[in-house]
Amino acid sequence: MPNLYEGAGILTNVKLDHVSKYFDKVIGVENIDVEIRSGEFFTFLGPSGCGKTTTLRMIAGFYYPTSGRIFFGDQDVTYLPPNKRNIGMVFQNYALFPHLTVFENVAFGLQVRKKSKQEIREKVERALKMVHLDGYGNRRIDQLSGGQQQRVALARALVIEPQILLLDEPLSNLDAKLREETRVEIKRLQLELGITTIYVTHDQAEAMAMSDRIMVMKNGVVQQVGTPEEIYNRPNNQFVASFIGESNLLEGTVEEMDDRLVKVRISPELVLSGWKENAAPGVQLKKGEKTTVSIRPESIREASSSEQGEENVVRGQVTLSEFTGVSVNYLTRVGEHQLKSMFVNRGFRVYQRGEELTISIPKESVYFLG
Amino acid sequence: MYSTSNHSWTPSAMKRKTSITSSPYFVYVLVSPLFLVLLAYVIYPLFQTFIESAQIDGTFSLQNYLEFFSLKNTSNLEALWTSIYISILSVITCGIVGVGMAFLLERYEFPGRKILSVLVMVPMSLPPLIGVLSFEFLYGKSGIIPRAFQAWLGLNEVPFALSGITGVLVVHTFTMYTYFYMTASAAIKGLDPSLEEAAASLGASRFYIWRRVILPMLTPAMVASSLLVFMISMASYTAPLIFGVERTMTMQIYLSRTNGDLDMAATQSTILSIVSILFLLIMRWYQNIRNYQNMSKGISVHRTEVKSKVGKYVAMILSLIGVMILLLPILVLVLLSFSVDGSWTVEVLPTEYTLNHYIELFTDSRTWRPIANSFEMSMIATIGNILFGVAAAYAAVRLKFKGKTLLDVLIMIPWALPGTVVGINLIAAFSEPSVFSLNQVLVGTFWIIPLAYFVRHLPLVFRSTSAVLLQMDRSAEEAARSLGASWWYSFRRVVFPMAFSGILVGALLAFVQGIGEFVASILIYTSETVPISVEIFQRMYAFEFGTACAYGVLQILLILIVLFISQKVSGNNNITV
Ligand SMILES: Nc1ncnc2c1ncn2[C@@H]1O[C@H](COP(=O)(O)OP(=O)(O)O)[C@@H](O)[C@H]1O
Ligand SMILES: [Mg+2]
Repeated sequence: MPNLYEGAGILTNVKLDHVSKYFDKVIGVENIDVEIRSGEFFTFLGPSGCGKTTTLRMIAGFYYPTSGRIFFGDQDVTYLPPNKRNIGMVFQNYALFPHLTVFENVAFGLQVRKKSKQEIREKVERALKMVHLDGYGNRRIDQLSGGQQQRVALARALVIEPQILLLDEPLSNLDAKLREETRVEIKRLQLELGITTIYVTHDQAEAMAMSDRIMVMKNGVVQQVGTPEEIYNRPNNQFVASFIGESNLLEGTVEEMDDRLVKVRISPELVLSGWKENAAPGVQLKKGEKTTVSIRPESIREASSSEQGEENVVRGQVTLSEFTGVSVNYLTRVGEHQLKSMFVNRGFRVYQRGEELTISIPKESVYFLG
Repeated sequence: MYSTSNHSWTPSAMKRKTSITSSPYFVYVLVSPLFLVLLAYVIYPLFQTFIESAQIDGTFSLQNYLEFFSLKNTSNLEALWTSIYISILSVITCGIVGVGMAFLLERYEFPGRKILSVLVMVPMSLPPLIGVLSFEFLYGKSGIIPRAFQAWLGLNEVPFALSGITGVLVVHTFTMYTYFYMTASAAIKGLDPSLEEAAASLGASRFYIWRRVILPMLTPAMVASSLLVFMISMASYTAPLIFGVERTMTMQIYLSRTNGDLDMAATQSTILSIVSILFLLIMRWYQNIRNYQNMSKGISVHRTEVKSKVGKYVAMILSLIGVMILLLPILVLVLLSFSVDGSWTVEVLPTEYTLNHYIELFTDSRTWRPIANSFEMSMIATIGNILFGVAAAYAAVRLKFKGKTLLDVLIMIPWALPGTVVGINLIAAFSEPSVFSLNQVLVGTFWIIPLAYFVRHLPLVFRSTSAVLLQMDRSAEEAARSLGASWWYSFRRVVFPMAFSGILVGALLAFVQGIGEFVASILIYTSETVPISVEIFQRMYAFEFGTACAYGVLQILLILIVLFISQKVSGNNNITV
């Protein structure tokens, strides 16, 4: 593997210090305060319009924050123009120069930097090899497939040895299979180069698979920053719990509580108990008050009918049965609620719609969201 | 071929395989009238002109061409050279003004931008003769502006005045920069801003981005407009006529013709035709080369606001000057149209005013005559254009036959040919009886001018109609056919109504162009069939400026009405003519 980064140590961390951006009166993002560590794969995740692109563009220098500051390492870059920032950026539509060949596209940034012909040729060829496009240098851009264009864009961004790599929904224009391949490719390159990478996506599966840490956003406001496990297992709020993976969100009243265990009544038929410490930050559980419980479908398991009556074991009627091969997904009606559950296919019997099913919800899987 | 034509024809034709309409050659029966019209009124006149130029006393001879290129009497070569260099300079000046305006209006926000971007198309609303005349009135030797400066500075003579080649260039720039403006602003709108951002993220400075990204991306649009402006400049006749530049190709043709040297006029015409058709072919070839604009979708416009105080004032003053330059030609025509004929001699502005010219336009039969003539002749030509244009557009878009490119080129040729050449061609072809004129002599009759208008505006209805037909979903027609409609019924009830906006836009344009036509008319009019523009020209030389300008204002009004209707009708449909 040819290494682009001969000059190591140019990597840097990125700090957003209480950054807000307004478009006239419209909120782009509000009060973002986060530090992206050197060499980290960091993802902005959220639904469309939540401010991911706006944040990324402020880091790139295409927007200036309305308030707050941005640092690359110790350098304040808040108002530095984009061409002075030494960033590599991959655009959603790739933004390849249609009037230039593949080689000329990749060489562009090096020509700006007035490198010698010799050096440019070597570096471009290495970069094209790195993205498996050696031999494509003379092609015109419109002679490439979407996936190949994507890789040219990546090579063009990386060949200038940027301090930071920015990617704005780079996979959204690719079909499913290519998306999978390119995802692996991007992650491989990032690991090999060790470059600080900021990645924007609205696809939570993509974010979970690739990222060291994820920043979840909604309506311009940060909801949670953490590793994929933290975000998935200990979501800060209902939005995060439902946006990342699937979840049964159930509202109920705290019925009993001691030092370790909390018992919540969801409906007359459904009472769940869980560990008190298994709660989102800042949640104060009080007896008699309302709370929301989150249960991941895959944490639910099938129980034998003899277990019925034990704590957290309920019986209901299957209203939807979905066999996907890898797993069987059920919707089970318990009282007025429909519980989603997912059992990995190990050759168990598949229940059909209308049959009775007994399920057990482990105490450690009951998560209190407040 | 057999199966496709079967398929695109009627399902009932499939049952009657023996019927003539199911033959794969039937389509040629349908398109042959189109080719016949083109043969009669485009090819044959061109050919007759060539014959005329290559014959002396009935035998083949290249004597005329030798004379044209002779180094003893170089007036023809000088004319060719002058035409070429005026055209090159016109391309340069129009390019600078047009592209500059496009960038200013598309990329910057400044006080006065809105009004400028509305008025920027004003030159399009001036008929050729009227545009040139207004410049003569404004900036010529006895023009208002030079005289105003003379009076203001107390000089004995006017300090400056437009005349000669400079005058021609200024008028060309004013009337033709819009071609650059339109293509450049479309190209700039189509420029994906993320390309510039990508370049900036790679470290490129503003200047570098311009040089390496923006300009190369605009090149196709600029080359296309350059070819167009070059062609139109070569064909320009009115500007050299008014500013007294006799040594241009079109003026030489006109002079040869008025001196009765028809052989030389034919020779000059043939040479100019070759140049024009060559340019047409280059343009077609070039337009088929890929252009870059349509690669990415979802483009947002972003204008840089001019923020500094000084910048704002400069922008405001420049906008004001721009607005004045754009509006003055129309304003001066309106002003002069109220002046008493013969009352404006040495003063800065006319001294006596009257409403009479407008009243006379419609009441005095002598003054009304040219208006009636123009309407009648242009109407006849437009009806011909509609019949031919709709049929040709339908054939080109919907039928399958060999020779489509030929059809397209033949239709475009009259548009590429200078009006002067079209005039000479018709004279050469129809001064004697021929099958195409039903054994009549057309020159000297009423019919020659409508024929000239028909030929000159041949592509207008064709292009606007094929544009809407191309956008139209073919399945609408197929649905009608599947519901049992005959070809004619579905054409009448589905295709024609859906294409109506395109047909109307093209027809209106052909009609007003006919009303404003001057260049071919001046060669072939008779005392019975004087059209408006020729009348304007004659009134000018009789110093009846008021009447001349009243005609001009009428023409401009008509054009504005047509532009307005076209805009309403075409709405979001991109009807390109
Ligand atoms: N240039 C702009 N002008 C006005 N509003 C904008 C602009 N860019 C983004 N916004 C607004 O800011 C919000 C965040 O947009 P964006 O960052 O593009 O979202 P995302 O990339 O997460 O889909 C949206 O409400 C959007 O409408
Ligand atoms: Mg976005």
